[in-house]
Amino acid sequence: MSIAWYKYAAPVTFYHLAGRLAPWFAWGAALLTVIGLYIGFFVAPTDFQQGEAYRVIFIHVPAAWMSMFIYLVMAFWSAIGLAWNTRLSFMMARALAPTGALFAFLSLWTGAFWGKPMWGAWWVWDARLTSALILFFLYVGIMALWAAIDDRRRGDKAGALLTLVGAINIPIIYFSVKWWNTLHQGASISLTKAPTMATVMLVGMLVMAFAAWFYTIAVALVRVRSIILERERQTEWVKEILER
Amino acid sequence: MLRFLFIIIRRDMLLAARRRGDWLTSQFFFVMVVSMFPLGIGPEPEVLRMVGPGVVWVAALLASLLSLPRLFAEDYRDGSLEQMLLSPEPTVLVTLGKALAHWCIYGIPLLLITPLLGIQFALSAEAIWVLVLSLMIGTPVLSLLGSVGAALTLGLRGGGVLLTLLILPLYVPALIFGAGAVDGALSGVGYEAHLSLLGAFLVLTLMVAPWVAASALRVSIE
Repeated sequence: MSIAWYKYAAPVTFYHLAGRLAPWFAWGAALLTVIGLYIGFFVAPTDFQQGEAYRVIFIHVPAAWMSMFIYLVMAFWSAIGLAWNTRLSFMMARALAPTGALFAFLSLWTGAFWGKPMWGAWWVWDARLTSALILFFLYVGIMALWAAIDDRRRGDKAGALLTLVGAINIPIIYFSVKWWNTLHQGASISLTKAPTMATVMLVGMLVMAFAAWFYTIAVALVRVRSIILERERQTEWVKEILER
Repeated sequence: MLRFLFIIIRRDMLLAARRRGDWLTSQFFFVMVVSMFPLGIGPEPEVLRMVGPGVVWVAALLASLLSLPRLFAEDYRDGSLEQMLLSPEPTVLVTLGKALAHWCIYGIPLLLITPLLGIQFALSAEAIWVLVLSLMIGTPVLSLLGSVGAALTLGLRGGGVLLTLLILPLYVPALIFGAGAVDGALSGVGYEAHLSLLGAFLVLTLMVAPWVAASALRVSIE
């Protein structure tokens, strides 16, 4: 089966495709969230070390995964957009950024809730926490750049360039923070040697991760639809839609 | 090609020499910010020695950010930047030359002042030497990465603050390796590893930043 990529790269066709797909993903996200939270709160056993408080991972870990993955997707669309000058790719990058920032913030926030009962501190300068914080800063910076540039084409490309520079920098930031951390703190807290997880917990977490995926796709599609409408407002087909 | 690069560098340095107020401001900013810290945290030499390297490095980041909005702005305003972009020479040379000139104007004086500030923070002679060395390798990174931010925010309202938001997260590795080298020298762990990593970061930045800044400049001018 071959997909007509060029056909769906046109905002007109993609607008309708996104409109058809978005409800499915939204309902999928809702359903998966209910299942995942049910597993997380009622089926999964209490952890013998961490007690009930560990249950925050059912939100925390998917949020952290998503915040990193969305950045990668944004970098992908930015690269495509810069290379082939496709309008839709820039719109996708713009549609994804707020959700990425939201998930980065959620992972930091829920991480603090987890850290308090586990480590006795809301915040520690662990390598993962610090790089998550910097990732959040990067999202904020990119969105601030878009907000400051009125000219649409310039904003698209400037944001894409910044996203790509950030993408090159993220691994360096991660490793530098990691080394910095080991130098300063010694072996205080290690998140890497995670206790072997019960299968039920893992299933709950994966279901929640899929819920986060579906949510992201649904929200990005809805957002890209409104961006398309805004940008193509001078065209006939948008006028037809708006008159209806 | 090399001649064009030298002309760009020479021109910027000549302009800076004719207008001393501009670049002296950011040097004094650097000195003042660093001098405020002992007033805030107390004069105990042990404490100062511990925070000194980090304070000097953070102040260097801020001082470079303070001077960066002007990197392209003046030439943009009087139209000479557009002429440079129209010239047959590659745009990369313009951004590279301007970043190097920025380092000569803002980075080198910073290195010369730093030993004095090190004495203020009760650092040993070796630690001061390592601090200067780390700034010598690190400040070109700041100028190069900063040129990307300056090109992206060229001519925007609130460009200065925006530049800080964009570029400060990207400075993190330079800050960590730079201040870490001095910490290593102070604690006796050794500083060579940090300086090597900082050097590697400089090489990587040198390979990527001028090109990104050049395309950012073209996007901004279009």
